[in-house]
Amino acid sequence: MPSTTPTPDDSQQAAIARLAARQWALSGHWTARGLGRVPQILAAQPCDAGEVVLEGSELVALDSAGAWVLQHWLRGHAAVATLHGWPPHLQGLMTLVGEQSDATLPQPRKNGLLARTGESTAAAAQQAIALLHFIGEVALVALRLARHPRRLRLRHVLRNLQIDGFDALPIIGVTAFLLGVVVAYQGADQLRHYGANVFVVDLVGYAMLREFAPLISAIIIAGRSGSAYAAQIGTMVVAEEVDAMRTLAIDPIELLVLPKIIALAVALPLLTIFADITGVLGGMVMARSKLDISFYEFIDRFGREMQGAALLIGIGKSFVFAFVIATIGCFQGFRTQGSADSVGRQTTQSVVQSIFLVIVADALFSVAFNVLGL
Amino acid sequence: MDTVTESDTVIAMHQITTRFGSNAVHTGLDLEVRRGEILAIAGGSGSGKSVLLREMILLQRPTSGTIRVFDQDIATLTEAQAYALRLRWGVMFQRGGLFGALSVRENVALPLREHSGLPANMIDAIAEWKLRLTGLPADAGLKQPAALSGGMLKRASLARALSLDPELLFLDEPTSGLDPASAAGVNELILSTHARYGLTIVIVSHDLDLLWQVCDRVAVLGEGRVLAHGTMEELSRHTHPVVQAYFVDSRRREERTPHE
Repeated sequence: MPSTTPTPDDSQQAAIARLAARQWALSGHWTARGLGRVPQILAAQPCDAGEVVLEGSELVALDSAGAWVLQHWLRGHAAVATLHGWPPHLQGLMTLVGEQSDATLPQPRKNGLLARTGESTAAAAQQAIALLHFIGEVALVALRLARHPRRLRLRHVLRNLQIDGFDALPIIGVTAFLLGVVVAYQGADQLRHYGANVFVVDLVGYAMLREFAPLISAIIIAGRSGSAYAAQIGTMVVAEEVDAMRTLAIDPIELLVLPKIIALAVALPLLTIFADITGVLGGMVMARSKLDISFYEFIDRFGREMQGAALLIGIGKSFVFAFVIATIGCFQGFRTQGSADSVGRQTTQSVVQSIFLVIVADALFSVAFNVLGL
Repeated sequence: MDTVTESDTVIAMHQITTRFGSNAVHTGLDLEVRRGEILAIAGGSGSGKSVLLREMILLQRPTSGTIRVFDQDIATLTEAQAYALRLRWGVMFQRGGLFGALSVRENVALPLREHSGLPANMIDAIAEWKLRLTGLPADAGLKQPAALSGGMLKRASLARALSLDPELLFLDEPTSGLDPASAAGVNELILSTHARYGLTIVIVSHDLDLLWQVCDRVAVLGEGRVLAHGTMEELSRHTHPVVQAYFVDSRRREERTPHE
């Protein structure tokens, strides 16, 4: 026990020396910090079985770690120590540690591959069912709200519109613009081979309006807002704020989830339109510099060739993506349990799952449109 | 083996003033902690007990005043000195402060893993032993801190604070949020720990049972300073209303006992 244990310098490190048969001398700091390589040295050093005298007059300090190392060594060789010349208060600790055994400790249960596979399958299934529950619950609350529209938290909706919609304009605008540049650039080379320069307008227009604008907006919003929803709700769960809300007869879904879903369902289609505009603008700039298509020519052809359906399809898709992102973000937030660690995990999950589901939904749309011939 | 150079005062706080903006928490506070004693810092909510504790353990700096821990002025410590100092004390936080990502055993083993070169199996054995000393059941070590009850959390937190055999132990509200039986268990645990290691313990608490049964000395904070200090017996004769509030309550309790 270190009633005063300044950190030992090298000269005071723990050491053990054999004086004679069955007699060892200890010196220095036998503490967690001062032990140095003593455990390794002892492991290679046999000790006589039976009675052993440990001379402790040179011992400066001893703590649990030091006592444990010593007793472990003695026990390993079936030796029992007689303490000689030890400071009295150190003897107590040594005796106490001597009464312990080196019994094997219970180790964390490690499951085999099969068991782990089963566990994660069951967890995934359970999560899917929980998600369905959550969607159902949200739908019920939404229906209730439809009957009493005055209960809608308009202030929360507007706030989320500002944070998740308006504040995201710059990043979405720039990203979509660059995407338009990339699409036009990649198309330009191919089209020039066939002398079909002017078709870059159709390429950029359809690609941006139907696919890229809704998809890139959704992915950015999933990373930006979906994660924020999960983290916000998760932190509130950990701090028992959600429980508090329930006991105050305030429905957390009505207060936390619905305003976010409504706000995002408005914001994401609008953001997609904005992305359409800047994306086509990016394609226009690239078309002029690579393919010598003037802005006038570009806009002229764009107006003649593009159909309103392309725009509406893109906006319709983004409307669905908004539901996916907001629902998954809030759902993962509510699945948080216990600690700060869990908040991080659920936030990651929300981003990964919502991006994945957005792309799955996009693929399903493509299949459906193909069948419908749109 | 006591190094003679160190005095019997483990912590000396002199003229401590702490301000948060215009709000003064301490105004010229003096406090001493002597070697080997169990000192409690009591006082009402907002009297700056926890802030004072945080100032002792290098988590916060007072606005002015000096704090000496083990005869070193903690305002002028080098990084190496601060490191050495931190290894000489253990802190048990009010809500445990256990790392949620680690099991209880890993929590207790962490200081040994970080600050010693012991082999992993020996560190685990020592950690388990420390957990048993605090009265936790054998299966607690593998649990996550989130799965522990309040009383077990305090015990696990104490085991981690003791993992490097500190000379100085800080306990922040060790019995808060516990039922009377668990609180009594923690009181006994503090006493047995004190008897086993002979260390100096500083407790922040206003739990009357703890103050009576465990502490050698109590310092009552109020009005930005130490209003009174001494044994509970001495304090019971003190006339300051804040100090008296502690005893009015306990007298009521004594009156009630015969009827039970």
